[in-house]
Amino acid sequence: MRKLVGKGVPKIDGMAIATGKPAYTEDLVVANALVVKILRSPHAFARITFIDVAKAAALKGVECVLTYQDVPKQRFTLAGQSYPEPSPYDRLILDDMVRYVGDEVAIVAAVDERTALAAIDLIQVEYEIFEPVVDFETAIGHPSVVHPEEDLHCNFDIGMKKDQNIVSSQRVESGNVEEELSQCDFVVEETFYTQANAQCMMETYRAFNYLDHMGRLVVVSSTQVPFHAKRMLARALKMPAGKIRVIKPRIGGGFGGKQSSCVEIFTAAVTLKTGKPAILVYDREETFTCTTSRHAMRLKVTLGADKDGYIRVVDIHGLSDTGAYGEHASTVFMVAGEKTLPLYNQTKAVRFMGNVVYTNKMPAGAFRGYGATQGTFALESAVNLLAEKMGVDPAELRLKNIAKEGEPFRGFKGGILESSALNRCIETGKEMIGWAVKYPRRSVSETKVRGIGMAVTMQGSGIANIDTASAEVRLNDNGDFTLLVGSTDMGTGSDTILAQMAAEVLEVSLDQIIVHAADTDVSPFDPGSYASSTTYVTGMAVVRAAQDLKQQILEEGAKFLQVSPEEVAFNGHTVRMTGTDKMISLKKLAERLVVGPVHRQLVGNSTYGSPVSPPPFIAGFAEVEVDKETGKVELLDYVAVVDCGTVINPHLARIQTEGGIVQGIGMALYEDVRVDSKGKLLSNSFMQYKIPCRKDIGTVRVAFKESFEPTGPFGAKSVGEVVINTPAPAIAAAVYNAVGVRITQLPITPEKVFMGLQKNSTRS
Amino acid sequence: MAKQTIKFFINEIAATAEVETDKLLVDFLREDLAMTGTKKGCGVGECGACTVIIDGRAVNSCMVLAATIDGSSITTIEGVNKGEQLHRLQQSFIDHGAVQCGFCTPGMILSAKALLDSNPKPTEQEIKTALSGNLCRCTGYHKIVAAVTAVSEADCGGEKNE
Repeated sequence: MRKLVGKGVPKIDGMAIATGKPAYTEDLVVANALVVKILRSPHAFARITFIDVAKAAALKGVECVLTYQDVPKQRFTLAGQSYPEPSPYDRLILDDMVRYVGDEVAIVAAVDERTALAAIDLIQVEYEIFEPVVDFETAIGHPSVVHPEEDLHCNFDIGMKKDQNIVSSQRVESGNVEEELSQCDFVVEETFYTQANAQCMMETYRAFNYLDHMGRLVVVSSTQVPFHAKRMLARALKMPAGKIRVIKPRIGGGFGGKQSSCVEIFTAAVTLKTGKPAILVYDREETFTCTTSRHAMRLKVTLGADKDGYIRVVDIHGLSDTGAYGEHASTVFMVAGEKTLPLYNQTKAVRFMGNVVYTNKMPAGAFRGYGATQGTFALESAVNLLAEKMGVDPAELRLKNIAKEGEPFRGFKGGILESSALNRCIETGKEMIGWAVKYPRRSVSETKVRGIGMAVTMQGSGIANIDTASAEVRLNDNGDFTLLVGSTDMGTGSDTILAQMAAEVLEVSLDQIIVHAADTDVSPFDPGSYASSTTYVTGMAVVRAAQDLKQQILEEGAKFLQVSPEEVAFNGHTVRMTGTDKMISLKKLAERLVVGPVHRQLVGNSTYGSPVSPPPFIAGFAEVEVDKETGKVELLDYVAVVDCGTVINPHLARIQTEGGIVQGIGMALYEDVRVDSKGKLLSNSFMQYKIPCRKDIGTVRVAFKESFEPTGPFGAKSVGEVVINTPAPAIAAAVYNAVGVRITQLPITPEKVFMGLQKNSTRS
Repeated sequence: MAKQTIKFFINEIAATAEVETDKLLVDFLREDLAMTGTKKGCGVGECGACTVIIDGRAVNSCMVLAATIDGSSITTIEGVNKGEQLHRLQQSFIDHGAVQCGFCTPGMILSAKALLDSNPKPTEQEIKTALSGNLCRCTGYHKIVAAVTAVSEADCGGEKNE
């Protein structure tokens, strides 16, 4: 019987957060740190022909002004990925080419913000302006080449054709799509567009750094990827990684954004130049304008099905907009296919192909869902279309075709899908939303109609064969434990669930575990928290490290009791010879081991990587009310039924799901990164880029249907990303079912629905 | 920059300070008073992370010049609990698992406190309205509203208000 795993224990840092303790990067800044500000390009594509910083540098209180002439000329990527990064090394700290409105032109550091901003105004720059590539559908073969430079480097072939603005060209297929399609009784084809979204974590990007007494660069950053940030800084600054230490305090949200290290290079460049501490905090406008967003995509989906109701062909042709730099360009696009093609398991041929292109806009990057979100909108919208064409219930079509537990699974190249409760998720969701009664629509007044719709999705749990996490559990002198991990709790509660796992294995209480994460000088290696990896990959490392330590405790306890390890048991407090009173307390044992006569501090270790990335699943159901006079869509109810394997902490899994669903609702209904015809961002504030507040969303109801994943810790899979995928296709389906308007281009605004209604009424 | 002397109460303690006349209250709290519990999420009054209570009203402290608080009484997150004794709202946020990244939490708690101080038995709609100026990107808001509702129900002997 488990004591901690499966229990909704409070977040271990909840008290500190709820009482406003200094816990986040800016709260901890060292005294006298220089304030760093950035001069940014007003042009989408230009070359700096003249830059004069003399007046700025002469201003009292200015300590340092850096231009492209002052920084190392070594291209790198901001994408925090395991080496060798699939993202191209296509940027410099500062470049004489600027590739989007907001690209960095100069770095200024001064004694205070006021002085730094005044200095920025004194820098004189002249530009040679080029025609920008704004529309991603015209990028290939555009007369302007975003990255003409010769020293751009790819670690391996990602299909780059930079002369054509193609970052990555991909094609994966199995079976003969054309031949199988010709055998199909039903074929649907539709093109979908998913927009760029902003992550909008409440704590914007920030970092400070200083040189320690040994002259090493200590970086304190709100980052999801301390170890990758260290490696990136070493490359960009041409210094040994061993001279850099990255510390992550509490993080005020990341959502993938903080997998790209946007600010550390600038503070680090200042500190290396001046020897003084430096801090850079992006304001909200900079966060909207000069970081990363979700990759916008165009996805053309062709589905084929036979008269027996089996989906036989899934064919997706895509185009992805990575903006000015290729952070996560090839991998986000790949995931759009990787997490959609295997979802339906009766297929005879599948294909995913297309290009990722450079444009002169803010770079795209990692954002929760990481391509699967885009792919799911397109695939699931197409499946709803197919169900209509076949005249079958979309829930039944899915139940008949989804990959099921125990089946050979395309996602594992034919290996067995060991865990899935997706069929139960669909059944439960149907009951919760009232599918039998409400599908497809009910008229509630002369002008208002309610409709319901659904979608299913899968994600991964870590990156198979790449993610590698280490964990250490140490028995301290006083009998408690320190759990050392390099994963990064960005608010998710991962520190809490990892402590739950360690405590469960060791059979101790949660308050006996001190969690330390993350500090690259101290923590064992972890890629960081992204790709839905922490529960599954780091969690397994923690379980094994704790098992290792528990075995050592048994052995040392037995040694003290002068019996064999097989004869003793550990209950969290004492090691006792089974069936006797012969025992030693953990406290006493720890004391003897660490400070006493034994001279052996016990440390449990494990490094874990998984050959598979088991998918969590969700069935999502939306009920909307559409106003036929205005096109306004009100989301009345959203039901998400989740299979994340074993739920380690029901409180935290639920709030992750509710938060992800609401983020997905924002994407579905209004969030849209927009630029003008010259590439200037129009949505640079919460007024322009609306995210949901409590009054914008109806009821969100979440249920869990557990499966047991044999390769995961206590049977767990992931939950962090999969939760964002279903709202857009489910809400689009609900709108269609309500009023017959099929939105293929997100977000689903009242204007688009209204225009669709007008079109339908002229047609009829 | 010109400075001005202000007298005010911060978390019930009388204080006097010299402030630059163009300094925002949120920056004054964080930088001059070293009270970093108040968070700055946007700086332009859109997100509510910097919410504090000024004379009983929840206010975005990034929209207030520090110089204007002369004679006012300010409550920040650091003054909500009395030492180790958590306020019921803080306890309720923890118990309901309403905290994720936590960057919005201080502002949420202060908006909720201002509501409950003036209206101990709010309807759910009143709670949603009171929190509508506080953005949260992690939680989806349901547990936050539940945490506040639980406290308001405790205040009125467990009766549910509609």
